[in-house]
Amino acid sequence: MLVAVASGKGGTGKTTVSAALASIWKHPVLAVDMDVEEPNLHLFLKPESVRVETAFLEVPVLDKALCKLCGACAELCQFKAISLMGAHLLIFPEMCHGCGGCMRICPEHALQKGQRELGVVETGLTADGIPCLTGRLRIGEAMSPPLMGKVRQRMQAMGDQELRDIIIDAPPGVSCPAMTAVQDADVILLVTEPTPFGLHDLRLAWQAFRSLGKPMGVVINRAGVGDDQVQAFCQEKGLPLLAEIAFRRDIAEHYARGGILAQLDAGMKATFEHLAERVKRLAGEPCHA
Amino acid sequence: MHELVVISGKGGTGKTSLAAAFAHLAEGKVLCDLDVDAPDLHLIAGPTVQRSGPFLSGHVAEIDPAACTGCGTCANVCAYGAIHKEGGRFTVDSSHCEGCKVCVAFCPEQAIDFPDRLCGTWYESETRFGPMIHAQLDPGQENSGKLVTLLKTKARAQASSRALERILSDGAPGIGCPVISSLSMASLALLVTEPTPSGLHDLSRVTELCHALRVRSCVLINKADLSREYQAAIHAYCEARRIPVVGHLPHDPAVTEAMLRGQAVTEGPATPFGLQVRQIWPGLQHLLELPSPI
Repeated sequence: MLVAVASGKGGTGKTTVSAALASIWKHPVLAVDMDVEEPNLHLFLKPESVRVETAFLEVPVLDKALCKLCGACAELCQFKAISLMGAHLLIFPEMCHGCGGCMRICPEHALQKGQRELGVVETGLTADGIPCLTGRLRIGEAMSPPLMGKVRQRMQAMGDQELRDIIIDAPPGVSCPAMTAVQDADVILLVTEPTPFGLHDLRLAWQAFRSLGKPMGVVINRAGVGDDQVQAFCQEKGLPLLAEIAFRRDIAEHYARGGILAQLDAGMKATFEHLAERVKRLAGEPCHA
Repeated sequence: MHELVVISGKGGTGKTSLAAAFAHLAEGKVLCDLDVDAPDLHLIAGPTVQRSGPFLSGHVAEIDPAACTGCGTCANVCAYGAIHKEGGRFTVDSSHCEGCKVCVAFCPEQAIDFPDRLCGTWYESETRFGPMIHAQLDPGQENSGKLVTLLKTKARAQASSRALERILSDGAPGIGCPVISSLSMASLALLVTEPTPSGLHDLSRVTELCHALRVRSCVLINKADLSREYQAAIHAYCEARRIPVVGHLPHDPAVTEAMLRGQAVTEGPATPFGLQVRQIWPGLQHLLELPSPI
């Protein structure tokens, strides 16, 4: 089973929930951080002896000796990564989306495969033996989906899903990176907070993800602040409310120490064990979307 | 013109609540919500839309089933796995289509159309804080820096035509395309952080991004009382990089209470938190309006 932990709004507690679920998950589990722009899951799960692999995107490199300046590549490129300026063909590798069209269309085979560094893919094991997989975008790299694609490839190689469940900590938002992170999920957990911002972004997430036809459930974090509009929304849309985590000072401080919430006290452990059970049941249920 | 962009790396540190408060306190500005993916500033600013328009960006491939002979060339050349055979014919999954045109160029039957892609809607509005430029990206679309750039261009045009000196922008979380675009030509980035492991980790990445893009930055520590240890670590980090810390704010329910009223935290009944925010603004404004180095 693959569980994606997502949210529209940032900072609602995706990482808190992902780390806590991974820590109490009974079946063997792989924890995956797909928030490659700002990966945080490792700060809580603390994987050791991390192996770091650089990930690249295939971008064109020009062999000037072969280029006859026909301009077919520049004409095809939709991303302004190639430009024909008089007698010069200019390549802007940072603009390239890696479609490979230019190399394919060049009649002279003057464009060869080069690389742009996207970031790194890190793999490690927690002290409790939970394998962790993280993507970390290079500072200045604009595109996160290609690196997420590399993380996904590695995830598929690491996790035989018959034997091992997967928990994905997704990036915030509802655009392309968030959709990329939840696309393989059997069940999507939406973490929100009971405030106007939380509700607004939960609605955006629900609108975006429901087209995928996957079962979804809601976790309300910081329950007790704000109002009851999130509960009302869940009821109206038939979204099961799977868990509520109370707003408590000691929880915020535990988080600020890098603690895993399920390890704060017996009550929290029970909350997440109960959540895990409900997630498993939800994944087995017919689709609600 | 002075452009302040409020960003954070990590989500949920209080960017939008603080941007709304500074929108209330600042004079002569255009407001801009550059978090086009999950925008929230309008929930406080309450805009009345004056003008709006479609945001078209790039294209999407569409196979004409009548002209398709099912040769499969398109699926072979697609680098994004967006083309599948379904019931004997090929179709494009638009959510995976990158709009690269390679399938269009290589289809031997010229059976693939390439229409514009509608990605969202932009708005020019009026609010009690002044003019506001904002947008909503359609769900699942590429979180395009191009929409951010379009909003910034509109905000600058509004500011010039109405002789306003400042642009105050609420940015997106992360360090990717939309954030990079939001920092373009910015006078100052306000980095809102919190004293937690994630807060410091994400602050360091967004600081490095500002440095790489040569945008001046300053830091505001929100929820500062959550951890003394991490507050000290953030100070040490900022000191080592000579990044000014413009203020500290406590973890305070006044922020959520104001949000529930649909107000900035500095509006409505006076609260200690609101007063602290008011005390931060003059120093922040001073930094914003310093002549840019070199």
